[in-house]
Amino acid sequence: MNQILARFLVGGAVVSAFAVVGDLLKPKSFAGLFGAAPSVALATLGLTVVTEGASYAATEAHSMMAGAIAFTAYASFVSWVMMRYKLKALWVTLCAIPLWLGVAFGLWYVWLG
Amino acid sequence: MQIKVDPSVIGQTRWCEYVVRFLFGGLITVVAGIIAKKYGPGIGGLFLAFPAIFPASATLIEKHEKQKKEEKGLQGTRRGREAASVDAAGSVMGSIGLSVFALLVWQFLPHQSIWTVLTGATVAWLTVSVLIWYVRKRV
Repeated sequence: MNQILARFLVGGAVVSAFAVVGDLLKPKSFAGLFGAAPSVALATLGLTVVTEGASYAATEAHSMMAGAIAFTAYASFVSWVMMRYKLKALWVTLCAIPLWLGVAFGLWYVWLG
Repeated sequence: MQIKVDPSVIGQTRWCEYVVRFLFGGLITVVAGIIAKKYGPGIGGLFLAFPAIFPASATLIEKHEKQKKEEKGLQGTRRGREAASVDAAGSVMGSIGLSVFALLVWQFLPHQSIWTVLTGATVAWLTVSVLIWYVRKRV
């Protein structure tokens, strides 16, 4: 329970910190870099090394590469749809989550599974 | 194009919007840990690059840009949408840096101290992302 709480607090703080940095920066294309900051990884990997060991955390990082490629596909799709169609950001970003899941799990299955 | 810091944005963001991002960030970190425990680090690792707060951030950008236009008496819907699209395009470049971050952590974590690896990989993420952004702007 303590570990879950620690993960929650550290994760929330790190993710929020990167998000605030992104908010402060201009132009928007530069600020967007911080939307893909390794915030969840930074919050997680330190705790994982302490509890599970470095080799376990390295395996997570290996899979994270597939997740990051899926992020590239997801953000490209969102950017393209938002520029092309008159749709709200919330709907586009939420409806595109299955794309991230599909690419991430597809790559994991083909490449790492 | 010059990179600027605009502190006025802090005043435009309501406290509940910060809370939402904190909750999403905390939640995905916990969920990634639970998934790794249940299904192994192979599956759990995928979620270290999950776009957890992307929907909240994109919605916020869209809203703020729309408000700015409407304060000037103009219709801001299109401007809001375009700003969210440009921000997402920036995230595409950041996500390439994210792949480099993951690659470095995977390669060096078993042999080096965790803090050295995470610091080096974060610097690499930022350097690669900024370089791609810079090259993209110049071309």
